[in-house]
Amino acid sequence: MGRRSLFFRLASRLEGPQTLGRGWRFWIGAAVVLTFAIGYPLLTDSYTVGNTVYFFNWVFMALGLCVIWGYGGALSFGQTAFFGIAGYAYGVITLNWGADYGLTLWATLAAVALSAIVAAVLGYFLFFGRISGVFLGIVTLAVTLVLERFMAQTAGPEWHIGIARLNGFNGMNGMPNLTIPWPGADGPLVLAPDLPLYYFVLALLVIVYLALRILVNSSFGNVLVAIRENPERATMLGYDVRRYQLAAFVIGSSLAGLSGVLYTTWGQYITPSSMGITAAALPIVWVAVGGRSDLTATLLGTILLIGGFQALTVYGSQYALVVMGLLLVVTVLLAPEGLILALAFLPRRLMRHRARETA
Amino acid sequence: MFDTIVGFLYQFGDASAFLVLCASGLAIIFGMMGVINLAHGEFIMAGAYMTVTVAKLGAPLPLAIVCGALFAGFIGILLERFVIRHLYGRPLDTIVATWGISLIASQGTLILLGPSLSDISTPLGSVQIGSLSYSVYRFVLMATAAAILAGLYLLFNFTRFGVLARATIQVPHMAEALGVNTRFIYSLTFGIGAALAGATGGLYAPTMTLVPTMGAQFITEAFVTVVTGGGDVFVGTAPAGVILGFIRAAMTTWQGQLAGQIGLLVAVIIVIRVLPRGISGLVLRERT
Repeated sequence: MGRRSLFFRLASRLEGPQTLGRGWRFWIGAAVVLTFAIGYPLLTDSYTVGNTVYFFNWVFMALGLCVIWGYGGALSFGQTAFFGIAGYAYGVITLNWGADYGLTLWATLAAVALSAIVAAVLGYFLFFGRISGVFLGIVTLAVTLVLERFMAQTAGPEWHIGIARLNGFNGMNGMPNLTIPWPGADGPLVLAPDLPLYYFVLALLVIVYLALRILVNSSFGNVLVAIRENPERATMLGYDVRRYQLAAFVIGSSLAGLSGVLYTTWGQYITPSSMGITAAALPIVWVAVGGRSDLTATLLGTILLIGGFQALTVYGSQYALVVMGLLLVVTVLLAPEGLILALAFLPRRLMRHRARETA
Repeated sequence: MFDTIVGFLYQFGDASAFLVLCASGLAIIFGMMGVINLAHGEFIMAGAYMTVTVAKLGAPLPLAIVCGALFAGFIGILLERFVIRHLYGRPLDTIVATWGISLIASQGTLILLGPSLSDISTPLGSVQIGSLSYSVYRFVLMATAAAILAGLYLLFNFTRFGVLARATIQVPHMAEALGVNTRFIYSLTFGIGAALAGATGGLYAPTMTLVPTMGAQFITEAFVTVVTGGGDVFVGTAPAGVILGFIRAAMTTWQGQLAGQIGLLVAVIIVIRVLPRGISGLVLRERT
């Protein structure tokens, strides 16, 4: 009885005041999209499947930033720092101890935990120092840039952890794929890019998305939004603003770390420039342009923007980056809540406008 | 022993001058308008590019630097007019928008002018003190940093613009009611901040390689200094620059360049935990 009611309680939190999309129409739509995503590898070649995994990898970081910034109101520019920390940690652990006995999964957990710990320490100084607003953004950015510079100068042979060389600007490579120990004749299940990794990441994505929906619709999420709307009021109502923001920061940064691990296993390399200023700008673009105050808008916006970015990169990444910058400025000026959310609300707004005119 | 001391003092002066120059433009814009300009590094880049271009045409370096500053200031005013002005009172949106602008500016420069611009050499040669030699131009930079601070002090305390600007920061609507064109003041302040960034770029242009992403080399230091200093240029940025310059010089002498940067970062994280409003928050406590 107790477990059943817990399950229903969680399921009922899947929709609520903090997320868009409710009722059977939304969930049928979501199921259709998911079915399409499951069947997608049958419709296309393995290169496109691998590429789609690459898109999905980044969504975790975007969803994490959505929780920190969109729901918690704390703008962190430093999510790629956690991405890099977890990516490097995964590399160091797996290069030293190999991929047998499910070690890659433990390495994933350890890498994500490490980024969570770093986020907790940094977040303690930031939030308990009552750093807010713009300062939070620039301190997190400064930390990220210094970390990038630090990793970029580790080219010499003296920079190694165990047998794993850090390799400076060129980064680490040759990490093993995620491997799940599997009883039977075929041996362990290697989640190589393309098909196996695709389904693994897709499953993770669905789990994380649903879990975050439950999280933001829980009392924790409600308090977080209350803090975003008015920190003083939330304090007066007896909530410790610092703890809630720190918790959101740690959750979001762990997701950035998860992105880092998945990216590292996908491409089997990680470089310092994946943390640099250009890389750090991109999550902000995805989340801001998609619609930072809603998980679904962030999810869709991120996939669309990465797709668009990649299509433009054919002409050179500098053109793609200029377009991303323009999109960001235009979004902030014309549709501060995000382009996808603005489009989603457009019909309702037009109706209201028309109703007002006829009245 | 003498060499070590002089060497350290030189490093200390150089680091402090760098931090003060980097941060003063950012600090003025932040202190006056509450806007953090993430495109600050790109203003520095714009100033450096303009300075080198003009210097290569045969103009003397000081004139070229003035051109660089004016160019950056002009872009700053345009930017304020078309983007920043619409975002007052929304600090987080401003920081995001200026980051978009920073991306556009650095990558756009890459498209238009290519991956690098050929450098100009560092002028003035070097001077021998004790058994080591030091670049004379670095001493000029230290003097310039001090002169710029003095100039800003005079500008904000002894000119009509300074009075109007300070009135506008304190109570904007009251200043407006008394007939001050606050929009113009904001515009001009942003322009001055951008021009200072441009001057910094021009001053350091002879000492470094010009690439479109060079702004990123300045902004970490600029942010760290502004966060440590708080909102006021004179009682915040200037002492913060000196203190952080000391930390950086000490760490650099002890462990090398990177340790200097990490030392700065650790210092600032500790400072914000103790003094959330920076040094000027501590000094100006009675006033607010």
